[in-house]
Amino acid sequence: MSDSPNKSFTGKAAGFGKLLSRGWAVLLAATFLTVALPVAAHDDEGGAKAGQAKHIDAKGDKCVRDVAYMRRNHMELLKHQRDETVHKGIRTTQYSLKNCIGCHANEKTNSVIGSTDGKDNFCQGCHNKMAVKLDCFECHSSKPKAVSGDAMHPLVAPSAQPDGKDKQSGLSGKLPHEGTPTFYALAGVKDRMRWQMQAKLAGLNIGEGVK
Amino acid sequence: MSKVDNSRRNFIGAGAAAAAGLVIAPGVTLLDMANARPAGEAASSAKRWGMLIDSTKCATGCDDCVSACGKENGLTSTGHPQTDSQWIRKIELKEIRTGKSHSLPMLCQHCAEPPCVDVCPTGASFKRADGIVLVDRHICIGCRYCMMACPYKARSFVHEEHHDQNPDVPRGKGCVEACTLCVHRIDKDQLPACVEACAAGNHGAMMFGDLNDPNSEISKRIATYATTQVRADLALNTGIRYQGI
Repeated sequence: MSDSPNKSFTGKAAGFGKLLSRGWAVLLAATFLTVALPVAAHDDEGGAKAGQAKHIDAKGDKCVRDVAYMRRNHMELLKHQRDETVHKGIRTTQYSLKNCIGCHANEKTNSVIGSTDGKDNFCQGCHNKMAVKLDCFECHSSKPKAVSGDAMHPLVAPSAQPDGKDKQSGLSGKLPHEGTPTFYALAGVKDRMRWQMQAKLAGLNIGEGVK
Repeated sequence: MSKVDNSRRNFIGAGAAAAAGLVIAPGVTLLDMANARPAGEAASSAKRWGMLIDSTKCATGCDDCVSACGKENGLTSTGHPQTDSQWIRKIELKEIRTGKSHSLPMLCQHCAEPPCVDVCPTGASFKRADGIVLVDRHICIGCRYCMMACPYKARSFVHEEHHDQNPDVPRGKGCVEACTLCVHRIDKDQLPACVEACAAGNHGAMMFGDLNDPNSEISKRIATYATTQVRADLALNTGIRYQGI
């Protein structure tokens, strides 16, 4: 942009012209920065209203999309995903509500709704602030998959569960049958499911024979 | 060889395969995951999931399938048994003249021509490409027309609020629901909870498989033995078939 006017100048005039155009470039850039940056900065906040919680309850360090996008559009992603999952059986994990909950559940209460230590948990906090009704959790569990014996399939012997406290990944706590070929076969399986499957497998091993 | 479904279960060794018919218990299905439909791929009409229930092996009083269903899908009691959801129930059939009785589980029959889908005013009742009849609770308005249309009394209305659902099985007040054939498990290439429990209990009365695959164990059985569709006169082409009634 700054080069094109130079071509009409020659000699000293050209030198002056260059200088002038450089000055213009600087001025333009400065103007652009003063005007555009606050907008960009505002966008980074995702249009966050004053007082909106800066702290985000999350186990991971990065969301599936940037925060600004998620603040404005998470409902669209979820809605699209829900139709894909319910009607077509597409169960990709990137935009699955289950994974959102898995990551954003408060570590103490293990939930994305309700409150912990007087502070609203992830989903509820923002929805309350924005006065937007949150009805996902009338049907969907607000907690990641539980480890309690009650929630387990009857085939799963409670004794087969790892004693780890990490309800999400089951990575703490030794897996039963660790080191057996099955363990390696499961290596690619999502962490969260691993212990559970192992537990079920343990149930199988003591299970009955065949008909 | 009695593999349930060659395309899905060909990892099973010969010894296990001899046993495989109904005995695919959880561990085996885990190993099977490598052969599962990829998570990003839609269910296709190439498959039609179905179940064959052998009432001669189904013992009166046994409710392993019912309790497994309840556990898996979080069908907890609300203290009002008359209105509690019932996705699968045991019924007794008695031949009046001989007194011979049959016990069998009754559940959503996953019809090819489902009346519940026909009558649904919102499109919430639908049949998935692979033949599983489901309710999209996001769309269901709880009118219960489908419950009236179902000849099998397979659907229930959720009357009360629920908490702590299985994250894989969202369910709540105000919607109609029914057996999903454990669609969340099928999508992971696992057996429905009832079938798994029946096999684990060594009853062998329930078999699950692909009715479209002529080589699947269920198709072979249906081709070999006389099987019955309940209310075959309605020509709904049910996905659940019965043997011995």
